[in-house]
Amino acid sequence: MGNRVGVIGVGQTHHAAKRLDASGVELIAEAVTRALDDAELTIDQIDAVVIGNMDHFENINYVDMWATDGLGSFMKPVFKVTTGGTTGTTVGMCGYYHAASGLFDVVLAVGWEKNSESDTQAAIATCANPVLERDPFAGAIGPLATEYSMYMKAYGATEEDAALVATRDRNNALNNPYAHNRMACTVEDVMSSPMLSYPIKFLDMCPRSDGACAVIFASEEKAKRLCPRPAWVHASVVRHDYTHFGDLEWQWMPTLERGSAAAYKIAGITDPLKQFDVAELYLPASTCGVKWMDSLWFCDKGGAPELIRKNTFGMDGVLPINPSGGVISTNPIGATALIRVGEAAWQIMGKAGDRQVPDVNKALATGFGGCSWSDIMILGADLP
Amino acid sequence: MERVAVIGVGQTRYERGKRETFSELVFEVATKALEDAGIDITKIDNIVSISSDFWDGRTISSMAIQDAAGAYGKDITTVEGDGTFGVLYGMMRILSGSFGVTLVVSHHKGTESSMNGITNTSFDPLVERKLGLDAVSSSALQARRYMSKYGILEEQSALVSVKNHGNAKRNPLAMLPMDITVEDVMNSRMLATPLKKLDCSPVTDGACAMVLAAEREAKKLTTLAKRVWLKGVGHCTDAYRLGDRDLADTRALKKAANKAYEMAGVGPADIDLVEVYDAFSYMELMWLEGLGFCDDGMAAEHMERGLFDFDGKMPVNASGGRLSANPVQVAGLAEMAECVLQLRGEAGDRQVERAGIALAHGINGMCGQAHCVWVLGK
Repeated sequence: MGNRVGVIGVGQTHHAAKRLDASGVELIAEAVTRALDDAELTIDQIDAVVIGNMDHFENINYVDMWATDGLGSFMKPVFKVTTGGTTGTTVGMCGYYHAASGLFDVVLAVGWEKNSESDTQAAIATCANPVLERDPFAGAIGPLATEYSMYMKAYGATEEDAALVATRDRNNALNNPYAHNRMACTVEDVMSSPMLSYPIKFLDMCPRSDGACAVIFASEEKAKRLCPRPAWVHASVVRHDYTHFGDLEWQWMPTLERGSAAAYKIAGITDPLKQFDVAELYLPASTCGVKWMDSLWFCDKGGAPELIRKNTFGMDGVLPINPSGGVISTNPIGATALIRVGEAAWQIMGKAGDRQVPDVNKALATGFGGCSWSDIMILGADLP
Repeated sequence: MERVAVIGVGQTRYERGKRETFSELVFEVATKALEDAGIDITKIDNIVSISSDFWDGRTISSMAIQDAAGAYGKDITTVEGDGTFGVLYGMMRILSGSFGVTLVVSHHKGTESSMNGITNTSFDPLVERKLGLDAVSSSALQARRYMSKYGILEEQSALVSVKNHGNAKRNPLAMLPMDITVEDVMNSRMLATPLKKLDCSPVTDGACAMVLAAEREAKKLTTLAKRVWLKGVGHCTDAYRLGDRDLADTRALKKAANKAYEMAGVGPADIDLVEVYDAFSYMELMWLEGLGFCDDGMAAEHMERGLFDFDGKMPVNASGGRLSANPVQVAGLAEMAECVLQLRGEAGDRQVERAGIALAHGINGMCGQAHCVWVLGK
């Protein structure tokens, strides 16, 4: 772990299925303006900007150039990073490395997507090898359905376990004014919703949203001067797997297991269930909210269903997960993982409103995407 | 601040119609760069790939090449844009203190892409895109504005093409080594007035990789002869809409260049050789002015006097430049690799004498909306 950097401001749009009132650039401007307001800064105090989204959704090449007016990046340094589903954490980490490098002091990191202007599943399908895997693994749902089927068979997890996760996240979203889907929801509602790809049902799955998120990172000295309670970056780790879906392990999540182990080591986490006060996890489907708990070292392999059934991760549980409502409530893809970082930062800063978990000192945020890639960021109230 | 060195570079030949896949190209250059550095993949602790979903025709374009880049189980990220920006991110990750050795790798297959369609999507979807603007036609507007503002003749701009294609004859990696005259350029097919075919860079396939190391690692892993230091860098973005800019103005480049010079503690007079992003012949003139090598509007006169020739006072694009091979995202990275070879004295027939400090320059967006300027030195 390198130089110290803190999050000093977060802004996000009010996310929705269709934001017909705003163009992509206007969504970006909405998030950027709110982040500046949150940090009590003006755009003149921003030294550098980084942006990300997924190209094929809106079909805009050189988004970092096109978004200049929304980003406020005129005559400023800016470039683009993009890694599919993990784009949001990739942007966040890039903001962190900008500030940690010593080259820039105050850095604006922005993720966005306007899915209402895209054919999302068709665009995602082109990530797979065109000859071998584009047909069987077209879109995002197939691989997630496959992995949970295997997990259910191996460890006796059930469809109801996933439904419990879905109801947790969806009911949490009622406390989040920015969330796209805000609906009270029961296990029966989830179980009786239409089947998309066994065992994943409609209410288990994330939506596609329009929205943007902006997070402001600052070097140690600036963060201390500009923010009463910055959310300090304690770890930033990425792990990738193989290129082909057929080469992946499916009964657990190797990248999350390795990435979180590396991040915990850096941040001095030995008992994640106890040491974290809150987690904002990129769970693209409720099924991941069961299976991936093993890979985050919350329990031994196969132990997740029992933790879920004991409400370990509810707002009043041992470790509240996704107070914001998570990805199944809000999913503007290029912003989705950055929202995890922003929400985790707000929890530490005590700015999470009705979804605030009391006394948050350490928070975990993750990103998911690509060919089962994982990104992990750990934030803390204390200096790392 | 800790220093960061380039300790290895690897390039494919740049050519048309390569049969290798994206991952095969990346594997070739990653392997060459590691061999050049004298290390194996286990020494690499993070990877920055530079790729574009548009040019690759594949979403999450880095996914196709991660195995070839040795990214399994590692920390990898992707910059979309010119290679110079990817090197910048690679350097930041080292300076942050989190990483020691970064592999930066970029690939491009222009012959599997539609240049017009892909660059057309860089324009605002409601107005400019509908006009059919692309890289060539928008650059033609910029060339016209530049020529009319400073009274530059098409023949003067053509000199850039003559020089760079001639330089390419000394570079075995370049795609278009050619003996041509100003008349040849003037008589080549008009693409978008005033840009003729020989004013424009060619569609190219290729890949390039570079190994960056923190000073402590560089000294451990390599000999002095292999190390070239990243001394200064600056990047800056102008307005998006062409109509919001004076297209002959290089204010963003000037700001980026000044930052790079300041960080390196040098000025334009200290630079021994330059690789600039000559996607079109007129661009070399404009960018040389923006980089501070002469006053605005004066580069053409200096070009006529041979100042920027291979045997001139300050050789520009000794490699043959982008006019002789333009693998888009790779281009800036290839420029930096060329500077590294020159500074090490390994540039073969195109070796510039007394090369101590080199400058490389990349652009993002249309008509050079954003610039990244690097100063490298031994």
